Amino acid sequence: MPPNVSLPAGRTGPNDTGAGTLTSSIRIRLRTPARLRNLELFLLVLAGALGLGAMALGQLGMTGETDAGILWSFAILGVFVLAFHVVLRVVAPNADPFILPIVSTLNGIGIGMIYRLDLYSGTTGWASDGVRQIVWTAIAIAAAIAVVIAFRNHRVLQRYRYIAMFIGIVLLLLPLLPGIGREVNGARVWINIGVASFQPGELAKIALAVFFAGYLVTARDTLSLVGKKVLGIRFPRMRDLGPILVIWAAAMAVLVFQRDLGTSLLYFGLFLVMLYVATARVGWIILGLVLFIGGAVVASQTLGYVNGRFNAWLDAFNPAVYDSVGGSYQLVQGLFGMASGGLLGNGWGLGRPDLTPLAKSDYIFAALGEELGLAGVFAILALMLILVSRGFRIGFNGQDDFGRLLAVGLSFVIALQVFIVIGGVTRVIPLTGLTTPFLAAGGSSLLANWVIAALLLRLSDTVRNQPRVVVSP
Amino acid sequence: MTRELRRLSIAVLIMFLALFTSTTIIQVVQADELRNDPRNARTLYSSYSAERGPILVDGTPIAQSVPDDSQYKFQRVYPSPELYAPITGYFTLNQGNSGLEGALNDYLTGTSNAQFLDQITAIFTGQNPKGASVETTIDPVVQQAAWDALGDQSGAIIAIEPSSGAILAMVSKPSYDPNALAQHDTSAVIQTYQALNADPANPLYNRTIGGNLYHPGSVFKVLMAAAAIDSGEFAPETQIPNPPQLQLPQSSSIVTNAGGSLCGGGETVSLADALRLSCNIPFAQVGAQLGEATISDYAKAFGFGESLEIPMSTTASVYPSDMDQAHLMLSSFGQGDDRVTPLQIAMISAAIANGGTLMVPTLVESINAPDLSEIKGPSAEVYSQPVTAQTAELVKQMMVAGVSNGAASNARIDGVDVAGKTGTAENGEGEPYTLWFTGFAPADDPKVAVAVVVENGGGRGQNAFGNQIAAPIAKRVLEAVLSR
Repeated sequence: MPPNVSLPAGRTGPNDTGAGTLTSSIRIRLRTPARLRNLELFLLVLAGALGLGAMALGQLGMTGETDAGILWSFAILGVFVLAFHVVLRVVAPNADPFILPIVSTLNGIGIGMIYRLDLYSGTTGWASDGVRQIVWTAIAIAAAIAVVIAFRNHRVLQRYRYIAMFIGIVLLLLPLLPGIGREVNGARVWINIGVASFQPGELAKIALAVFFAGYLVTARDTLSLVGKKVLGIRFPRMRDLGPILVIWAAAMAVLVFQRDLGTSLLYFGLFLVMLYVATARVGWIILGLVLFIGGAVVASQTLGYVNGRFNAWLDAFNPAVYDSVGGSYQLVQGLFGMASGGLLGNGWGLGRPDLTPLAKSDYIFAALGEELGLAGVFAILALMLILVSRGFRIGFNGQDDFGRLLAVGLSFVIALQVFIVIGGVTRVIPLTGLTTPFLAAGGSSLLANWVIAALLLRLSDTVRNQPRVVVSP
Repeated sequence: MTRELRRLSIAVLIMFLALFTSTTIIQVVQADELRNDPRNARTLYSSYSAERGPILVDGTPIAQSVPDDSQYKFQRVYPSPELYAPITGYFTLNQGNSGLEGALNDYLTGTSNAQFLDQITAIFTGQNPKGASVETTIDPVVQQAAWDALGDQSGAIIAIEPSSGAILAMVSKPSYDPNALAQHDTSAVIQTYQALNADPANPLYNRTIGGNLYHPGSVFKVLMAAAAIDSGEFAPETQIPNPPQLQLPQSSSIVTNAGGSLCGGGETVSLADALRLSCNIPFAQVGAQLGEATISDYAKAFGFGESLEIPMSTTASVYPSDMDQAHLMLSSFGQGDDRVTPLQIAMISAAIANGGTLMVPTLVESINAPDLSEIKGPSAEVYSQPVTAQTAELVKQMMVAGVSNGAASNARIDGVDVAGKTGTAENGEGEPYTLWFTGFAPADDPKVAVAVVVENGGGRGQNAFGNQIAAPIAKRVLEAVLSR
């Protein structure tokens, strides 16, 4: 393992100054004539065709005609994506060529489904979730472009790890504040900021991933080497337990006070996995799991809503559970929808995903299963898996441990979120309310996931970049 | 770190494999089970959203789906609701279907196995799914004539083409309006259904093939005569003792002929005259001589004891078993525990008319895909050969005599030989009679066999006979066929 973790962040290479970046990027561009970016462009054209096709087919299926206006506004998103592509050609020419096409495809499919559900409910203009989703996507892409341009060197982030922790925990607990916190569908994970409501927890996951990566890279030696051995497993010292207990407490606070099992599981899982990757200590995982499972069991016994989720999961088709308030009605409706899709699906606009509550957000996967069939959802899951594997690839091949750990954390948070949401919808685990990354309606989720994509792009640029810089004269 | 990452990669792969597996289980393995869950509204909506095929009579719809603006996209409409209700049945949102709507639901919605390829094609061509149309064997003129002829009576008429088994008319009264059950307001549908179901007149019964079944009375004698001759034990001329009264064995009951008179006037009477004049006592003796086993075999060959799919299920008619001698004799002239549908009685006449060959009765002429290609064509299937052609010919002559010069005189049609038999079934002490006629015409080249049943003694209690009420009705139905 290279000991470059001790390098002062921010002084890592010749491309630190503006002039240096320019010359080096020009030099690299001359050597490798943007093969990756050309591949990316080709894939983006496919992604655009897929998204536009989804929109048009959804309209045709629902109304029998296409509405040019909404297709144009969707096409403007294509311009945003192309702008992102051009920016990458300049500032991150060796970034991974699959990430942008994949997230664009997923986002496009999501907008297609949300808009098609709007057509059913008859909402138009700003009342339409589809239109809002398009605007949010534009905002999210703009933010992602800003991130790629602003952070020319990701190691800067390592310096701000404690600030990131503070921001993360504040964002997480913000909805609990009276006045701005808002409760939606029983979970208090929203804040109202005048013009729109926002789920700050979504952004918190980035801040926390940055904190975990920074903290663990510096603290991992003490965490992994010191401590008593019990039954062959080394357990940490009490004083090293501080941060993990803080995160556990935050996760439990989310679980208890915000009544959000999914978010709680997401953050705690993220922390445990990054801890394991950084320290290679199974003891941490066991300790963490014991803590979380202990908390969850207590919660399922004492908190009515957690208990209800478990019953709905285990005994979904029991008429009593099906009919009870907060029971398995939604879960079973989602299953009915997916079953009606079968192997090939009903086709865009030809199913009845509107029958499932929250089809645009929590249940968008069931809606897609209904209209695109098993073939369609397999493709979507495969895209998600490829996206995660591209992130892990940075973890395998990255040049610095902070970047590697951050990339693993960010991609794992996508994988875990996909698993929690879709696993909940398809009855692998109890249902918890989380958004499906890139697909589900919701601005905060889109913004957070596009920023994650931007960070992965930025991190992936170093994977290819560095060796070439090393061999250059 | 690389080793941990590799393990983590495997863990993530397992997580995704779990999702691939769970979606496969839901969308493929359990899909049928989930689709058939009664709580699954999608199955319901899709069965409504697909354009359900029409049910046609001579090319004109008697049930069709008309586009509307509701979430079901179509409204089922019955243009002549009461006239055709026994044939179409009703099509409700989620309260079940009856008649052809129920029996051919798969074809009408386009989901039958025969239409599987069309469904696949529709997926790829993006066409809206559409069900097949069902062309019935019903002749609208005969149906209307039968409806009019029955007037305000409760009862049923069924007319069959003997050579093919095609059902030309199927009337059951009182009838109901299936439009009221096809509306989209489920609570109103349930209310209507419950009211119809509670109606003592039982309008929901299709009396031709089901309901409470009837005592056949004297129309059963046609089967008895056919069995007697075909068994070789009797000829039309065979003389049978003819006392004015018959004490049933081990019973205090006394059998008399209709009206209590001596039937035919002599000490003995021929089998032919006994049928022509509809004498009870001779037939009681014929039954006693043939025995339950022999009669039962003939009854089964004529269709007793079996539920048919025409394509809706018919109620099996009953020839009783394990009878003592008294009951055997009673059942031999259509009393006792004999229970029949009008369809069964028409089948007996049709078999006699068709030279002893009984065709499978059916309501379906053809089933056609939306592109007019034929999914199922006309079929004329033999059900059985209950009696020889010779027997059939002899019984036919006896039945012709019954109309021209016997107890079924009111079915006479000028210039045409009509074969027929009346029946006046007793339903118990003080209960009104059930009045029957069955027969066919023209006798030399039968085009139609009918069965007519009129309940409640035609409104005249125990003071009416089959020949007075049922025969004239049957005559109008026969005329409607003959004047085509």
